[in-house]
Amino acid sequence: MPLLEATRLTKDYGEVRVVDDVSFVIHRGETLGLVGESGSGKSTIARMVLGLIEPSSGSVSFDGASITGMPQSRLRPLRRRIQPVFQDPYAALNPRMRVLDIVTEPLVIHEGGSRARHRLKASELLRSVGLDDSALPRYPHEFSGGQRQRINIARALALRPEMLVLDEPISALDVSVGAQVVNLLRDLQRDFQLTYLFISHSMPLVRYLSTNIAVLRHGRLVEMGTRDEICDAPRELYTQTLIAATPELRLA
Amino acid sequence: MTADSITNTARRQPLAILGLALLALFFVLAVFAPLLAPDNPAAIDLTHRLAAPSAAHWFGTDELGRDILSRIIFGARLSLTVAVSVVGLSLSLGLILGGLAGFYGGVIDTLLNIFLMNAFLALPGILLAIAFVAFLGPGLVNLVLALSIGGWVGYARLVRGQVLAVREREFVEAARALGASDLRIFLRHILPNILQPVIVQAAIGMAGAVLAEATLSFLGLGVPPPTASWGSMLNDARSHLFDSPHMVVFPAIAVMLCVLSFNFLGDALRDYLDPRTRMSIGL
Repeated sequence: MPLLEATRLTKDYGEVRVVDDVSFVIHRGETLGLVGESGSGKSTIARMVLGLIEPSSGSVSFDGASITGMPQSRLRPLRRRIQPVFQDPYAALNPRMRVLDIVTEPLVIHEGGSRARHRLKASELLRSVGLDDSALPRYPHEFSGGQRQRINIARALALRPEMLVLDEPISALDVSVGAQVVNLLRDLQRDFQLTYLFISHSMPLVRYLSTNIAVLRHGRLVEMGTRDEICDAPRELYTQTLIAATPELRLA
Repeated sequence: MTADSITNTARRQPLAILGLALLALFFVLAVFAPLLAPDNPAAIDLTHRLAAPSAAHWFGTDELGRDILSRIIFGARLSLTVAVSVVGLSLSLGLILGGLAGFYGGVIDTLLNIFLMNAFLALPGILLAIAFVAFLGPGLVNLVLALSIGGWVGYARLVRGQVLAVREREFVEAARALGASDLRIFLRHILPNILQPVIVQAAIGMAGAVLAEATLSFLGLGVPPPTASWGSMLNDARSHLFDSPHMVVFPAIAVMLCVLSFNFLGDALRDYLDPRTRMSIGL
């Protein structure tokens, strides 16, 4: 059984159809790369998968249980298992909270427990994303974009989720910092047996991280297949354009 | 805040320090009024009525021979009590109603914003307050209620707008994806991020409340005599405007300084809480 299954997802905003009949499955431990240009509906798909917005029609199910149409209170147990990392590391962290409180908020919400235990857990989490304890008492604005994205990732990992929805996690970062974060994501996937929905507009990145790739254009899936199928023998003209448009990015 | 940064702030924002110092003075006067006032503010002494400022009565006496300095000191008590209660009450109402409207949107927003807030905004606050006091009768509690009824809408409007803006930010979405409850999202994620304009508005609202209290007392709709109030002192002075101008000058100065200090404080807070200027102050 796939871990995540999206069936005929459609989202309309008024007259505009942002996502049109999109279906895909992601199996445990895999990474589905969702690639497309700006405005192709990638982030909307991410939010529907996370249960943050309701699809106009179609459904999402996670580990066999439906996410679609559930009240927020019923989604809580599921929240532990699927977590987002958003695009803009500046906007995704509450500027008025200390890193300690940001990273441990998931624990406070879902587990309770003592502050001492949270602190221990927080420094463990920060270490796993390549930061140290000195970050704990500081505020987000004291960090660079790459460091903030690491904090975002640490928060997403706090509850030991099975799946991360990565909504363009590195498009706001410069190339070398982005490469570090991508490598971190790859290591974390191995260490924590994570399943990824990796959303990006960059074909080389998607190619580097994904097992399967889905190409999105104007809210529709134009092509979907394994990484090698898409990258080595793209059938659609649009996919070929996307591959040609982005220069090869060498990752260490 | 270290001593160094205080002197630093003082150099950059002398008005802030002036406002703060004046406010501190008014608060001390209000809290320790019975100890600081040279006389009983209600003690009538008809042999020394309408006396000009002298060593015995620094600010002179009014038409009943009451010591004006003492009445001003006790008046500070009333003005600040009213200001703090009015701002506290209207701010709470504004936070709750504006927060609900902004946070949930939809029908709740339509009901609260379009109908309730617009209806209240359409009525001039001071007329509403006058009508309310005329209906319920004068008194401290009624005065506070009357002024809050007109005052909450401004806060609700501000809070609603701010909540609408912050609600769309990604960290709120991230908190929702973590499974945070609505209350938690509002209190931990939205409220701290909308607080700075609200605090500024509250400081300036204090000035408005002091003025409104003086206005209502001037019209005889404030706290009934013999309680000392700057507004009612001004009212008493009306008939002696030319023969005993000290009766007007001192309460008027008190109102002016109090309003001014709250306004200075509001301005300073706005500068201080804005992260961009905050950098330049070195915090």
